[in-house]
Amino acid sequence: MNELIVNIKRPNLLTFTMPIVAVLGAMFGFVTGNIFGDPFIGAVGGAVVGAVLALALAKIVSIKRWKKIWGVAVVFAVVAALFGGVGGFLGGFVVGLSMGWFATWVGTGKYRAGVPIYYTPGQVLWHCTFLFICAFVFFFLIAPLIPVVWLSFNAENFFTFTPEMLSFKSAGYSLKHYRDFLGTDEWMVPLKNSLIIAPIATLISVSLGTLAAIGLSQSHVPGRQVMMAILISPMIVPLIISATGMFFFYAPLGNWLQLNLGLNQAFVGYVKVILAHAVLGIPFVIITVTATLVGFDSSLTRAAANMGADPVTTFFRVQMPLILPGVISGGLFAFITSFDEVVVVLFVGSARQQTLPWQMYTGLREQISPTILAAATILVSVSILLLATVELLRRRSERLRGMSPG
Amino acid sequence: MSDTTQELVLAADGRPLKQSLRRALLRQKLRALMLIAPLLIFVVVTFIVPIFSMLFRSVENEIVPDTLPGVTQALADWDSSTGELPNDDVFRHLYIDMFKASEAKTHTRLGSRLNYEMTGLSSLFRTTGRGLDDIGEEWQDPLEDIDPNFKDGAFWYEMMSGTDGEDLLEERRDLFATMVGESMDGDVGFIPSMQIAEMLPWTTRAYTDFAIWTAIDDEDVVAEEDPWESVYGALGMDLTNPDSVAAIQSYSGFGADALKAAVANVDQLPQTTFRAEFGKENEDWLSPEVWSTIQLYSSRMTPGYFLNAVDMQLTPDGIAEKPENQQIYKQLFMRTLVMALIITASCVVLGYPVAWLLANLPMRTASLLMILVLLPFWTSLLVRTSAWKVLLQQQGVINEILVWLGFVNDADRLILMNNATGTIIAMTHILLPFMILPLYSVMKTIQPSYLRAAKSLGATNWTAFWRVYFPQSVPGIGAGSILVFILAIGYYITPEIVGGTSGVFISNRIAYHISSSLNWGLAAALGSILLVVVLGLYWCYDRIVGIDNVKLGG
Repeated sequence: MNELIVNIKRPNLLTFTMPIVAVLGAMFGFVTGNIFGDPFIGAVGGAVVGAVLALALAKIVSIKRWKKIWGVAVVFAVVAALFGGVGGFLGGFVVGLSMGWFATWVGTGKYRAGVPIYYTPGQVLWHCTFLFICAFVFFFLIAPLIPVVWLSFNAENFFTFTPEMLSFKSAGYSLKHYRDFLGTDEWMVPLKNSLIIAPIATLISVSLGTLAAIGLSQSHVPGRQVMMAILISPMIVPLIISATGMFFFYAPLGNWLQLNLGLNQAFVGYVKVILAHAVLGIPFVIITVTATLVGFDSSLTRAAANMGADPVTTFFRVQMPLILPGVISGGLFAFITSFDEVVVVLFVGSARQQTLPWQMYTGLREQISPTILAAATILVSVSILLLATVELLRRRSERLRGMSPG
Repeated sequence: MSDTTQELVLAADGRPLKQSLRRALLRQKLRALMLIAPLLIFVVVTFIVPIFSMLFRSVENEIVPDTLPGVTQALADWDSSTGELPNDDVFRHLYIDMFKASEAKTHTRLGSRLNYEMTGLSSLFRTTGRGLDDIGEEWQDPLEDIDPNFKDGAFWYEMMSGTDGEDLLEERRDLFATMVGESMDGDVGFIPSMQIAEMLPWTTRAYTDFAIWTAIDDEDVVAEEDPWESVYGALGMDLTNPDSVAAIQSYSGFGADALKAAVANVDQLPQTTFRAEFGKENEDWLSPEVWSTIQLYSSRMTPGYFLNAVDMQLTPDGIAEKPENQQIYKQLFMRTLVMALIITASCVVLGYPVAWLLANLPMRTASLLMILVLLPFWTSLLVRTSAWKVLLQQQGVINEILVWLGFVNDADRLILMNNATGTIIAMTHILLPFMILPLYSVMKTIQPSYLRAAKSLGATNWTAFWRVYFPQSVPGIGAGSILVFILAIGYYITPEIVGGTSGVFISNRIAYHISSSLNWGLAAALGSILLVVVLGLYWCYDRIVGIDNVKLGG
């Protein structure tokens, strides 16, 4: 497509670029005018600024494109700072950046890049609108997480932005919610509980799940469909129903264990929650491991057997290393399921087994402190790490199986 | 070796090859099953059994016949349509059963159970439980005046004890054990006399109950304790029976004098019925509706919870709709369905373009953008829910920005949370990755050359998309929609936090019945209905995509 970009013609300045940039300017002007109480004067002013900007950027050819854009952003920011202080500076910077980028993007004809040369203007317009829609959806997916991270550094005990935070004064920020998180039993005990429950539950689901997945992927398994359906069911049945069923079932089971085996209450509580979480994690292990086993060459195990290895050696020396990425990513799914689970633990566990999500849930219902947001930020970091691990493993496994082009 | 075709082909060990192969296949199957067995057993025991026990609980109604065994039996013959009260026999059983229940404190549980069917029964059972002693004392005081021996626990023990009553004892013990739900095993130290049991059936029942409870639960010696007031009341019942009176006249065992004195002075005993006594305690007992409710719910299984769950109720005339102002569940189910549909539709609308873009970009760019989809997918549900709480509340980010920009007045900020809007926005965001991922994997398989072919044959962009591309992507839409719908319909946490009262789902109601109202039967019935809906959808999902094709993380 490079040759298409090279051949792009600059659109007509007067009839195309200036009006379009003026429309964007008018939109920004409308919003800015609205802040000061008169949107229409703002819109008109913005249109004029847009048109002038488009003209100026088109006439200056000696400066590189990105330098122009940054320049525009700085000029806008400085002008806006005269009216609105620090907030204005930021706003002006964002507006300037967008307008500068838009003016050069339209002015140099780059908007037609990646579009077949025979497209009509309507089709090009649709193509660009489509890209903007997609950008909006990506924004919708990611943006909600940003205020959480930002607010977790709040110096006040509020869920909302304080004026100090918005004007970027250091007084508005602090690490006190992180200190609260790391320094109090209120959060450390749940974290410890989560770190006890999730790994053990994961271990159970991974070990049993991997064995079963190997069994399921063999060629002659009677009743495979039914067994698969049963093993996947914990993922399909809504959590609230699983929780209800487990609530009715585990309460008498726990009492029975305490009375007849003389186990202590806290231990029984952990056992109940761990078993419940292990079941919930199993479908993920089954799905990922069977998916990995699809690409497994069964002649390798036959070869191993041929050379005198017993089934256990074959499993650990031949099969396991090859399916390990699938097992690990299944394990990560099981881990995150347990680590993130709150409904079942609310119903099955008692106050002693309070996990991190449970504590967050209680906090959210009663809105006690932004420490929840500090916890959330830490969890986001953990999930980024997990995501990276799973992605790396997936690529490795695809490379091993020779499936990935890149 | 001339006729090898006639002979069986033999394997190396000399067995016929066919047999040998069959054995190998069997061994292979067994090995596969043995690998699956531990997990299968684990899942069945810790998951499938609990789910079925929940299903069972939605129809189970043992508490009524277990707590009031005599009453439910006696009520079986009563015809509620006549509008008359049941006969005094029923009230006598009620007295014996209730007294026993109030000693074990199970009558309040029964009251709460029946209160789900008819408001007011809870307090009826609770207040009556407190007045049972008074009813018994109506008989106790005159009886003790007639013969002071009746005051003495040891006298009662001696009189009631005897031989051959083991079966009766075990029968009453079993009834007690099923009522309290615990084993009542142990030595009672008392065996009712069969002679007395035939002569004074009510008294023997009441006294045996007393003996079992005293010996097993209180761990006291029966002979040293004064009997319950119900025993005196029961003796009063027996003394009105001509057969019992005749038997007493010819009785000569221990306590014969006291009993004969009681017969002789029967006019000193209260000349009243137990029906009247219960009516005095609480006039609701004289209402035929109370009795028809008890009769309707006296069987061991009941459709009552399920009927409740769809806003119906059991009446003596059959199944009927509840009054308009008590109907909530049908509306709640409808709201759950409608909101889940809206969420699914928004996910399709938002997810389709993104999936298309991801499927058509070069691999490297697509993987980078895919991270933007996967990051929310991997982020804790509670983190995302708290993010929406931060964004949507009245002092939240969205409202602050709108106010700052001057689009919304500070006084009338948008109410985005604690209503259906909040739930829909937050859940669309949370479930969007579940739509994009299946859509993406289907779109990845659609050849871009089809679109080009359509265009080169003269189709416009729209026709090419609508007639060629879109039909091929429908399986992806189906898979994603069913997945999102299944997940949405059972959501609990997010609606609970951002949904307020008008944005909650049926699952929130289930949780409410489990933890607050304690109407577990109704919770189980609502859960069962939800489960059936979800399994139906899951079946569709299996038909469209197949369980084996479920993919995680792209």
